[in-house]
Amino acid sequence: MQVFLNQLVVGLSIASILLLVALGLTFTFGQMNVINMAHGEFIMAGAYTTYVLQTALGTGLITLSFGLALPIAFLIAGTMGLILEFTIIRRLYGRPLDTLLATWGVSLMLQQLARDIFGAPNVDVTAPSFLDGGVTVAGVTLSHPRLFIIGAVTLVVVAVAVYLQRTPAGRRMRAVMQNRPLAAVSGVRTTRVDRTTFFIGSGLAGIAGVAITLLGPVGPTLGLGYIIDAFLVVIVGGLGQLRGAIFAALLLGMANSFIEYSTSTSIAKAAVFLLIVLFLQVRPQGMIVQQRRGLAS
Amino acid sequence: MIAGFAVAAIAVAGCGSSDSGGGDAGSGSTTSAEPGVSGKTIKVGVLHSLSGTMAISEVSVKDAETLAIEEINKSGGVLGKKLEPVVEDGASEPATFAEKAQKLISTDDVAAVFGGWTSASRKAMLPVFERNKALLYYPAQYEGLESSPYIFYSGATTNQQIIPGLEYLKDKVKVAKLYLVGSDYVFPRTANKEIKAWAKANGMQIVGEDYTPLGHTEYATQINKIKSVKPDAVFNTLNGDSNVAFFKQLKDAGIAPKDIPVMSVSVAEEEVRGIGAKNLAGHLVAWNYYQTTPGAKNKRFVAAYKKKFGSDRVTADPIEAGYVQVYLWAESVKKAGSTNPEKVKAAAKGLTFDAPEGTVTVDAENQHISKTARIGLIQGDGQIKEVGSSGKPVAPDPYLKSYPWAKGL
Repeated sequence: MQVFLNQLVVGLSIASILLLVALGLTFTFGQMNVINMAHGEFIMAGAYTTYVLQTALGTGLITLSFGLALPIAFLIAGTMGLILEFTIIRRLYGRPLDTLLATWGVSLMLQQLARDIFGAPNVDVTAPSFLDGGVTVAGVTLSHPRLFIIGAVTLVVVAVAVYLQRTPAGRRMRAVMQNRPLAAVSGVRTTRVDRTTFFIGSGLAGIAGVAITLLGPVGPTLGLGYIIDAFLVVIVGGLGQLRGAIFAALLLGMANSFIEYSTSTSIAKAAVFLLIVLFLQVRPQGMIVQQRRGLAS
Repeated sequence: MIAGFAVAAIAVAGCGSSDSGGGDAGSGSTTSAEPGVSGKTIKVGVLHSLSGTMAISEVSVKDAETLAIEEINKSGGVLGKKLEPVVEDGASEPATFAEKAQKLISTDDVAAVFGGWTSASRKAMLPVFERNKALLYYPAQYEGLESSPYIFYSGATTNQQIIPGLEYLKDKVKVAKLYLVGSDYVFPRTANKEIKAWAKANGMQIVGEDYTPLGHTEYATQINKIKSVKPDAVFNTLNGDSNVAFFKQLKDAGIAPKDIPVMSVSVAEEEVRGIGAKNLAGHLVAWNYYQTTPGAKNKRFVAAYKKKFGSDRVTADPIEAGYVQVYLWAESVKKAGSTNPEKVKAAAKGLTFDAPEGTVTVDAENQHISKTARIGLIQGDGQIKEVGSSGKPVAPDPYLKSYPWAKGL
């Protein structure tokens, strides 16, 4: 029972990280069909933002710099996304394989850029003191950073849901996703919507970057560790589906946690991949499918 | 990545037959008799990962090697000629290391190559150097059980690092139950095989053994496992980025060094910077050199390194080994009066050098070097304090022949 509870919490915690890194991709990959391999580098940009702010503000203001890092990382990563969209991706819409190659090249360049600016070794990002330690409930230890990430991802998901459902901009975004030509003839400026979508999707990666400085390494190759998992969540969840991404992250997190406890990390990874392959055989469109109105698929 | 491991696997399979020693000196060599020498310069190769996941560690070693080359040139060079480094990027891929090594030997005609870090990269380069009868100087500590006639090993082998680490845990920390955590590749798997054999002979119980892929950053499950079996200590052979995640999450889970100390063999001052000293303070490491190691020679080395690369940089064991191995090669060449690999090898036998870590001696048979084993305690400022030492250099024993428990490994 104790083990079960412990691993349940671990699963939840893995799921929250998966969801956080994948949220941005549900926009760019899910809605715009752009395979953005540089998404991981936007996460890295968020992590380095935290580091830069912390270094600039000094060790006395770590809580402040961490708090500031969240919105600033969103803006920085979002702006990087905008630049990428404007310079490269808008020329490649409808050619997912080309976006894959082009953004992969961008990803390598950004990694090398980070290496040139910050040096090849990892940098140390100190967690704010209120995130030190953890609480123990019923014999299960919940560390504060993990609780923070679960809280942060909940907030971000709610914010994204409200944006998509309740705001005019969100409705336009959904309209373009569901039927681009119809949205265009109804007066929606699709290029502007694309740009906004890319800004938000990339910005969310920046927020993820700030959060994962609490748990993992901050270095030039940080993004590589998360990019594959993020794509898995989006594909299993169903393209462009917020609910799907949540279910998929939970499923993958739990599967990872329980299989890993009873076997080993490498086997758990392989087993989870196998499960995904089997699942996609049965349901290639993912967990949740978009209802489309229109003749064109 | 997969391709890299495949190459490494082939290299592992291939190296068993090549340990017999280089008896046929000179004859049939594909390199020139005096490789690297042209006009007023001698070319040497520097081959490390300047990109990819291992750049984190290897860039600093490359820096130390170029520093040594610069110093040697300032004091007159070798055989009256200046050294000219040819720097190549192994890109963290064993296959690239093999390819670039071949390029350095055949296209650049270098006198020797300083390079490599992961055992996978060394295993991939080994057949290249043996085939070309060219010299590789390898700076990282490793798992032992290898002795190529064309490789000089300037990092520690098992009996100079891991076994002293285990003995310290047994004698000073009174550890009876040990938990093993490592990355899933050749070094941790082999090292843990040796650790288990040692533990069996020394009455220490291994209560768990876990491997995670390189680059893994989620350690909650491992930490739960550690909590449930309550070991007296953890022996950590994780490499690279994973260490950051492991130590951050260990601390957040409320496991302090006084409860369960972790002994690491791949965490040095350089890595401490990235992990954060406060996440590591109080844990143990086993190495042969620390930035705090006393001695005038080390003081000079630390000052020169910081002057060239910045006052925020630190020196560490593999960085020092990279620096030392350039000098070992240069001294051997001076003694031999030639860059010919066979003559250099002959001159290197028993060569001593006054290194920052103390006087080291090149072993006449296995081309490893004698090193003083030092156990360190990580401090809050990121430096490492020596808390245990073998007192004198330990002779390298890569095949652990002098240890009865190691039979059958």
